[in-house]
Amino acid sequence: MQMPAAYEVAPDDFGEGHHTTTGLSNTKLGMWAFLGSECLLFGGLISTYMLYRGRVAAGPGPEDVFDIPFTSISSFVLLMSSLTMVLAVVSIAQGDLKRFRTWVLTTAFLGAVFVSGQAYEFTVFYREGLGFTTSLFSSSFYVLTGFHGVHVTFGIMMLLALFGLSLRGRLGVGQAETVEIVGLYWHFVDIVWIVIFTVVYLIPA
Amino acid sequence: MAIVEQDRPAGPLALPAGDGEHREREPLGVFSRPVHARGWRSWLFTVDHKRIGIMYGAAALFFLILGGVPALLIRAQLAGPNGTVLTADQYNQVMTMHGTVMIFLVVMPIGACFINYLVPLQIGARDVAFPRLNALSFWTFLFGGLFLNLSWILGGAPDGGWFSYAPNTGVVFSPTHGMDFWALTIIITGIASSVGAVNLIVTMLNMRAPGMSLMRMPIFTWMALVTQFLLLFAIPVLTVAAFLLFFDRRFGANFFDVSQGADPLLWQHLFWIFGHPEVYLMILPAFGIVSEVLPVFARKPLFGYPFVVFSGVAIAFMGFGVWAHHMFASGLGPVSVAAFALATMFIAVPTGVKIINWVATMWGGRLKFDPAMLFAIALVLQFTLGGLSGVTHAIAPADTQQTDTYYIVAHFHYVLFGGALFGFVAGWYFWWPKVFGYKLNRTLGLVHFWWMVIGFNLTFGFMHILGLQGMPRRIYTYADGMGWNLWNMVSTAGAFILATSFIVFFVNIFVSRKHKTHEVDPWDARSIEWMTSSPPPAHNFDEIPVVHHLDEFWYRKYAEDDDGQLVQIATGDEVYRKELAQAEQDHAAEHMHMPSVSYWPIVFSAGLPLVGLGMIFNLGLAVLGGLVSLVALFGWVLEPSVAPEDSHGPAPASEEEAVSVG
Ligand code: HEM
Ligand SMILES: [Cu+2]
Repeated sequence: MQMPAAYEVAPDDFGEGHHTTTGLSNTKLGMWAFLGSECLLFGGLISTYMLYRGRVAAGPGPEDVFDIPFTSISSFVLLMSSLTMVLAVVSIAQGDLKRFRTWVLTTAFLGAVFVSGQAYEFTVFYREGLGFTTSLFSSSFYVLTGFHGVHVTFGIMMLLALFGLSLRGRLGVGQAETVEIVGLYWHFVDIVWIVIFTVVYLIPA
Repeated sequence: MAIVEQDRPAGPLALPAGDGEHREREPLGVFSRPVHARGWRSWLFTVDHKRIGIMYGAAALFFLILGGVPALLIRAQLAGPNGTVLTADQYNQVMTMHGTVMIFLVVMPIGACFINYLVPLQIGARDVAFPRLNALSFWTFLFGGLFLNLSWILGGAPDGGWFSYAPNTGVVFSPTHGMDFWALTIIITGIASSVGAVNLIVTMLNMRAPGMSLMRMPIFTWMALVTQFLLLFAIPVLTVAAFLLFFDRRFGANFFDVSQGADPLLWQHLFWIFGHPEVYLMILPAFGIVSEVLPVFARKPLFGYPFVVFSGVAIAFMGFGVWAHHMFASGLGPVSVAAFALATMFIAVPTGVKIINWVATMWGGRLKFDPAMLFAIALVLQFTLGGLSGVTHAIAPADTQQTDTYYIVAHFHYVLFGGALFGFVAGWYFWWPKVFGYKLNRTLGLVHFWWMVIGFNLTFGFMHILGLQGMPRRIYTYADGMGWNLWNMVSTAGAFILATSFIVFFVNIFVSRKHKTHEVDPWDARSIEWMTSSPPPAHNFDEIPVVHHLDEFWYRKYAEDDDGQLVQIATGDEVYRKELAQAEQDHAAEHMHMPSVSYWPIVFSAGLPLVGLGMIFNLGLAVLGGLVSLVALFGWVLEPSVAPEDSHGPAPASEEEAVSVG
């Protein structure tokens, strides 16, 4: 492994700047592996939901509580955030820090709108009698969508961290890949939501 | 250079310890990277994969005691009819903790011990891809294990078996906090394994030495790669199951409450989708070790290397498809049972391929019976037995008879103990001189070997008979006159012999450690981890070797003469010296930089058991734990990736070179 005399080392990425065997950077490959593992996590949760979605006991069922237009809008908001994420990646790659900051903040904002929508939805459902323990359907619904919500929240934190780093001058063209990798995570969480939205809200039990 | 091996004679390339002269350059006091080259703190905050590997091994040996004492209690209780050593309730706890500790805190971590230590060396890398994450994996595993054992003193250990079948593990049947501890431990150690899997997969795919294609990768590393993929995909499913169980128990959800309409098989499916690959991810590292040890001591190359590789991959793929063979007795319906039975038969094929390869490797070789070799041979024999009794489970009707008898207990101990653990011990004898610079004493090793083999076969061999005689497992005592007395007595005696064999091992370590030789290549080995000093320097290789062959190191020592006869052209030591000279000529040390130690991995991990305790007893603690981990995350992100003086070996030439992204 011949190393160039001077190069930058991304935080903890030991191979960065070095030649890697696959040509992908370590962090990017790591993110792909992590997302592969996340597929199984959501796979388990979605299967559980599918198994239990008809089991509403005496409580309200999906058709009693779901407000499809509302959730469609918040899903659309989340989808749009993937677009703004792409724009953020493009801006940082071009070295346009100002535009990058705008788009990163927009993405985080859209994500926050989605999470708030989810929180609002949960309270409404709760008032309509769908508690966490009401039925198998309610438990699996809250766990599945809740886990997703936590993932989005985590993503928002990463986006804000990127914003903070850019303010401190620690994010430039050289670190465009970091943004790209956060973007990968963000898109993944979006795609998972599309699956969840379809399975939970659109396909009748 | 933060980490300097104390034992290593300071060669021409030893890097300076760098004790913090450059600290004043750090903008954020606490976030500067610490520099502890020596003393206990250098271990606590280390990010060196070799030290982390050693710590995994030490921690696992510690947990081996915490899992072994319960095993001996079980056997003491069952030594004769109407045992009174344990009450039924205590028996449940002891049995559950034995299984859980052995699997999650002994066998898996010993696998991690070898993988962490060896993989970067075998592929010619300086460390893993993410050294700090590696430390995080270790500490998270360790704290998770300690957290589990806290349950003994905080209201009772888990009592639902290592498989924790719900609904038996719901609050109704298991009202103590034991199962809460169990579920949270699974989640915490799951984090450790998943993070480790990501890290090691990236390391193996991305950081191989020049010329090391996948088919030139040492077989142990191959098996490690397969293992990490199994972990990556199996752990999340178990995590989901553990979360659901925990929500049931603490927050009144009812995922496993059949009276609420829950599906009684949900737990079993989720658990065994994880559980079957788990079996293979415990055994594959041991397979890898055996496949390294046998060729060296048979002085022949591994027979059919590609077959050994592909059968490992095949086992992994199929391992995900056959989980339901653990559920034949649960009423799946005839079609699924037949399908899973067939699939299970097929998985015996790649396993059989491996055994054939090992036997063929030894065939016609000039065998050297050192302890490492003997343990490896014992693995092959005992694992084959375990595999054969496993095949009888694949026959669904036979399985319904054998399920939940001691036949099963015998079977899986032949696989896990006779397979995995024997392989690990073989690996310890084999790599010990590389890791610590001294060989373990051969005579004591032989005593250890025979003691362990005899104890093992006495303990578990006759359990087959007990099982066929109908003795059920998970019973805390049995009546006189069932015809089980004799074999139970034998088995208990065997267990104590087995336990003492480990004392011989510890004595051996203690006795041998004075005779340091620092031999580079004590066994005439084949793969490149033997090409560096013993113990290796913190940066692993003074010059990263360029790889032209599988068994690169061997090809540097041997060649064919004009008549096709094998001749030795160099000793291992000469090869090493040549690399050393080359490194000096290339000024290799000037291009080298190693990450320095870090506080944050251990701080982050310390928050997790606090969160766990908080979830069980008092939310305040959970908040505190969460804060600890959060602060650690901040520190982590803000911490410069390398301390300035570490950026490029000796003194940094210029500012730009020295200060990295931070
Ligand atoms: C001194 C060595 C050992 C002895 C004497 C021993 C003994 C036993 C016995 C008697 C049982 C049956 C408990 C029951 O079903 O009632 C058992 C269960 C078990 N053992 Fe071991 N064992 C030993 C080592 C190991 C090792 C190295 C492993 C490694 C994975 C292991 C894994 C298990 C597991 C998974 C169970 C099942 C526990 C459960 O059903 O929850 N054992 N052991
Ligand atoms: Cu299985």
